[in-house]
Amino acid sequence: MFQLEHVSHRYDEGDGRGREALKDVSLSIARGEFVAVIGHNGSGKSTLAKHLNALLLPTEGRVLVNGMDTRESANLWAIRQSAGMVFQNPDNQIVATAVEEDVAFGPENLGVPPAEIRRRVDEALAIVGMSEFRRSAPHLLSGGQKQRIAIAGVLAMRPEALILDEPTAMLDPSGRREVLETVVRLNREEGITIVYITHFMEEAVRAGRVVVMDGGRVVLDGPPREVFARAAELRRLGLDVPQVTELALALRERGIDLPAGILTAEELVAELCRYESLT
Amino acid sequence: MPIRVVDVSYTYQPGTPFAATALKGINLTINEGEFLGLIGHTGSGKSTLIQHLNGLLVPTEGQVLVDGVDTRVRATRRAIRQKVGLVFQYPEHQLFEETVAKDVGFGPRNLGLTEDEVEERVEEALAMVGLDAAKYGPRSPFDLSGGEMRRVAIAGVLAMRPQYLVLDEPTAGLDPRGRDEILGELADLHKRLGLTVILVSHSMEDVARLVDRLVVLHRGRVAAEGKPRELFQRAEELKRLGLGIPQITEFMRRFSELHPGARTDILTVEEAVEEILRHLRRRGHA
Repeated sequence: MFQLEHVSHRYDEGDGRGREALKDVSLSIARGEFVAVIGHNGSGKSTLAKHLNALLLPTEGRVLVNGMDTRESANLWAIRQSAGMVFQNPDNQIVATAVEEDVAFGPENLGVPPAEIRRRVDEALAIVGMSEFRRSAPHLLSGGQKQRIAIAGVLAMRPEALILDEPTAMLDPSGRREVLETVVRLNREEGITIVYITHFMEEAVRAGRVVVMDGGRVVLDGPPREVFARAAELRRLGLDVPQVTELALALRERGIDLPAGILTAEELVAELCRYESLT
Repeated sequence: MPIRVVDVSYTYQPGTPFAATALKGINLTINEGEFLGLIGHTGSGKSTLIQHLNGLLVPTEGQVLVDGVDTRVRATRRAIRQKVGLVFQYPEHQLFEETVAKDVGFGPRNLGLTEDEVEERVEEALAMVGLDAAKYGPRSPFDLSGGEMRRVAIAGVLAMRPQYLVLDEPTAGLDPRGRDEILGELADLHKRLGLTVILVSHSMEDVARLVDRLVVLHRGRVAAEGKPRELFQRAEELKRLGLGIPQITEFMRRFSELHPGARTDILTVEEAVEEILRHLRRRGHA
């Protein structure tokens, strides 16, 4: 789906030198993957995400989306349609005064026929579980609901991939749960490729693969179990591990024989039971 | 002296078709030296309430008394704003000066202090947020990282030497290190200087390990209140209110289902380690 080949990106800061936000990044994301991207502020996460749908173009190297080079302006529409983007602040992404009009905005601009728009809007709202709100005013919805509307707006474009840049940063706990569960479902049931940028480690755990960025480079890349087993390294990078993983590591240090990379409460409870039955 | 919120109701745009009641009969006393956490889902009234604490909003009904002074009295409002420092969400959006020192010194300079006094306040406030004035003072605030910008913005409020510091989600959007730095500094200000801190947060993990007391707002009312250790035992109730409990507390609930007698009022990973080891030892496994 996405192929980054030796991608570097330098922001022009008007001083002739610029700031290099991505340094020789090579990364391949297959169709249907759920990839979480973590890293401290300024590590290059958002710059990376913006390369995936040609919002930014590489200074060096190239990005292919379904084989289309993002530097070719003729590919722009096809790329943006196959890879939709959702940002941090839902209020900046909603344009219309009724939910269904907002969701219809994208396909309308694509010149999709009205009957087809109707179908897509209904379908997109059903997928994010917001059908009953289709005539509501977006500004009266909760943060989590607004963010689901923003996601529906992208889904109505029928993208193959969804890129989400800290979609839960501004939400309360229930809003965070709503959005994350929606994204997990989109990946599992609709087969949509997900690239999910987050500062919440317990969200990254839900992905199939975690990419860790630091200083514009990819420094770790693997399944969550392997990445979060390297707690000391993550802390050095200004990151964290989920509380349950931290607890399991602390118990290991105190002599309780547990496997590395425990990610969820269920797993740790099961492993502690196993430990007890063996000792 | 405390901040007392007495029977406060607040309606936005009263008397119009857009009238919306954001607070309904709130009673709350915030004691000096307290570290108070304010939680509630989006739209529960948190932001409206904290704007009442320094007189940015005045109650439609009821009254707010800051050290005994009513915020509705116009003549004392300036003094109240100085006493109660308010840090908004994403405060770095309000940075505007050419240098960090000028930005942090903006408030004190408006108080009519001498340049020496302003400089002293700037140094002091930057040190409070862990930034060295000599190094950061001359820099442009816009060249800093997101976490540093936010700390500069908080320093701008601290430079007014408030007695009460109110922060609306000060760690939103920050990475784990930036978050830990700011929370560590708040805990330090509270402990070392006895500053009263009122923290609005969506992170149950953060409030669990920091605050003395939690107040839960729901639809403009105080829906629950208590010490974190007690309040986070009420998981079902908090979930109904659109909130949750810290991951580690959730884990201990599950652990105790299979290990009767294990404590569930656990707030930090360190506490959980000790409790689990104690439990395994008692059963002869460790």
